[in-house]
Amino acid sequence: MLLQVRNLRCGYGSLEVVHGVSLHVAAGEIVGLLGANGAGKSSLLKAMVGLLPAWAGSICLEGRQTRGQPAWRCISNSLVLVPEGKMIFADMTVRENLLMGGYHNPDRNLQLELVLQRYPRLAERLHQLGGTLSGGEQQMLALARALMARPKILLLDEPSMGLAPRLVEEMFAEILKMKDLGVTVLLVEQNAMATLRIADRAYVMETGEITLEGQAADLLHNPEVKRAYLGAAGREGWEG
Amino acid sequence: MDPGNLALQYFLSGITKGSIYAVVAIGFNLIYSATGVLNFAQGEFVMLGGMVAVTLAQFVPLPVAVAGAILAVAVVGCLLELLFFRKLRHHSILHLIIITIGLSIVIQEAALHLWDEKVRSLPYFTGNEISSVRVFGAAISPQVLWVLGAVGVSVAGLHVFLRYTLKGRAMRACSSNPEAAMLAGINISNMRTLAFGLSAGLGALAGCVISPITMTHYEMGGGLAIKGFAAAILGGLGNPMAAVVGGLLVGVLEAASVRYLPAAYNDVSAFAMLLLVVFVRPHGLFGAPAGAQVREH
Repeated sequence: MLLQVRNLRCGYGSLEVVHGVSLHVAAGEIVGLLGANGAGKSSLLKAMVGLLPAWAGSICLEGRQTRGQPAWRCISNSLVLVPEGKMIFADMTVRENLLMGGYHNPDRNLQLELVLQRYPRLAERLHQLGGTLSGGEQQMLALARALMARPKILLLDEPSMGLAPRLVEEMFAEILKMKDLGVTVLLVEQNAMATLRIADRAYVMETGEITLEGQAADLLHNPEVKRAYLGAAGREGWEG
Repeated sequence: MDPGNLALQYFLSGITKGSIYAVVAIGFNLIYSATGVLNFAQGEFVMLGGMVAVTLAQFVPLPVAVAGAILAVAVVGCLLELLFFRKLRHHSILHLIIITIGLSIVIQEAALHLWDEKVRSLPYFTGNEISSVRVFGAAISPQVLWVLGAVGVSVAGLHVFLRYTLKGRAMRACSSNPEAAMLAGINISNMRTLAFGLSAGLGALAGCVISPITMTHYEMGGGLAIKGFAAAILGGLGNPMAAVVGGLLVGVLEAASVRYLPAAYNDVSAFAMLLLVVFVRPHGLFGAPAGAQVREH
C-alpha cells in the first residue's frame, strides 16, 4: 500500500476535528475524499504532511511511519500537498516558483523542461510574477510546482475551488491525466460529482469521521452520498 | 575650497555613513523577511565586527582579522537565532522585537566587559589618516573608497544570492509564503538561522571597514540600529535593495544637516525625515502598501 492512514486524530488547540480516520491509497489510484465544508478534510491532509500535529494514529508511506516528521521532510518521501487557495509565491517569477517545487530534486532543470511541455501556458509566462497570473493559471502553477518534486503521491486540496466552470472541467481532466505520469492522487473536493467521475474509489467524510467508502462508480448512485451533501453548499457540490 | 567642492565633500561623507546605514537596513530587511521580527540588535553586529577585528588584528594580518571577525559575528548571529528565536517562535512578534532590544543591551554590556569603554579602531586599510585621494576635486580618505567598495560588492553579492541561487530563492520563498515553502521541502527554520547569520556577517563587514573612520566603541550599535531602522523604513521593509537607497538618503541628509544647520540638529534631521515618511508614505518609498502583504506568523 502506497499510503496507509490509521485512526488519525488531529485538531486545533483542545478541539479535535478529525476523530480517528483510516484510509488507504494504492499506487496508481485516484482516490476522492468528499465531504461538505468543515468536515475536517483539509485538517486531515495537513496532519498527513505534518503541517498540523497528528494527536494519535499512524501515517505510513510505503510502509514507513512518517507521523511526527516536520512538513518540509514530507517532500523527500515523495508525498506532496497542493494546499487549498493557490499557495504560490506571488512575488517570485513562474520559473522561480517551479524551481522551488524542485528544491529537493537534483534534476530540477530537466524536470522543468518536462513540466513546461505539459503546461505550455506557463511556459509563455515563465518570467511573469506568480501573483500576476489569473486564478486558473495560479492553480495550474501550484499543480505544476508540485510535479517538479516528481511525487509518487499528490494530495490535492480543493483544486477546483474558485475556478470558472470551464476551468473546473479542465482541472479535473488534468488530474485524470496524472495517471499517465504514474502519479497517485488523493483528491479532496466539495465537487462530488466531478470527483466521482474521475476517481477509482472515494471516501465520504462527515464531521471528522469517514462515513462511507467504496468504488467511485457505486458511490455515484448512492443516495447516502447525496445525504452527506445536504445543505446549500452541499447541493451545489452535488449538482456541480 | 570653493563651495561646490565643499558640498561634494559633505555629500561623499554622507554617502560613506549612509552606506553603513544601508548595510544595517539590509540586515533589518533580511531578518524581517525571514521571521517577521525587527531585530534591534542589528547595530551590535556592526560594533562586534569592529571589536573582534581590532582584537584579531593584534595577532594576524588585517585581511585575516577582518575575515575572522565577519565569520565570528555571523556565528553569533546564527546562535542568537538558535538560542532565542527558534525557542520563542510561538510568542507574538511584538514580544520577539522587545527581546531583540534586550539582546542589544546584553551584547553591549558583554562587549563592555570583554573589552572596555575605550574607543578603538582598525588601521587604515591603505595609507593612513592623512592620506587622501581626489575625487572630482574633493579630497577623501582612501578608506572611504574601501567602505563604498566593500558595501557595493556585498550588496551586489547579496542580490545575486537572492535572485539566482537555489538557497537564495528558497529564502525569498520563505518570506513570500512560509507554508508553501515548507510544503516545497524548504526547512524554513534553517532559513531563518541563515538570515540571522547573513545579517550579522554583513553588519560585521560594515563594522570593519568603517572602523578607521568613525572608530569602534561598545556603545555605537544603538545609534546605528536606529539610523538603519530609519533607512529600512524609508526604503520600505521587505526589499533589501530599497534599503540601500534608504540608507544612502539618510546618510546624505545627515551630512547636509551638518553642513547647513547647527551640529545639534544632526540626529534630528534623520528622524524628522523618518516621521515624515511614516506619516506620508508609511510603506516606504518602494514598499508595497500594507494589506497587500498580510503576514501570518
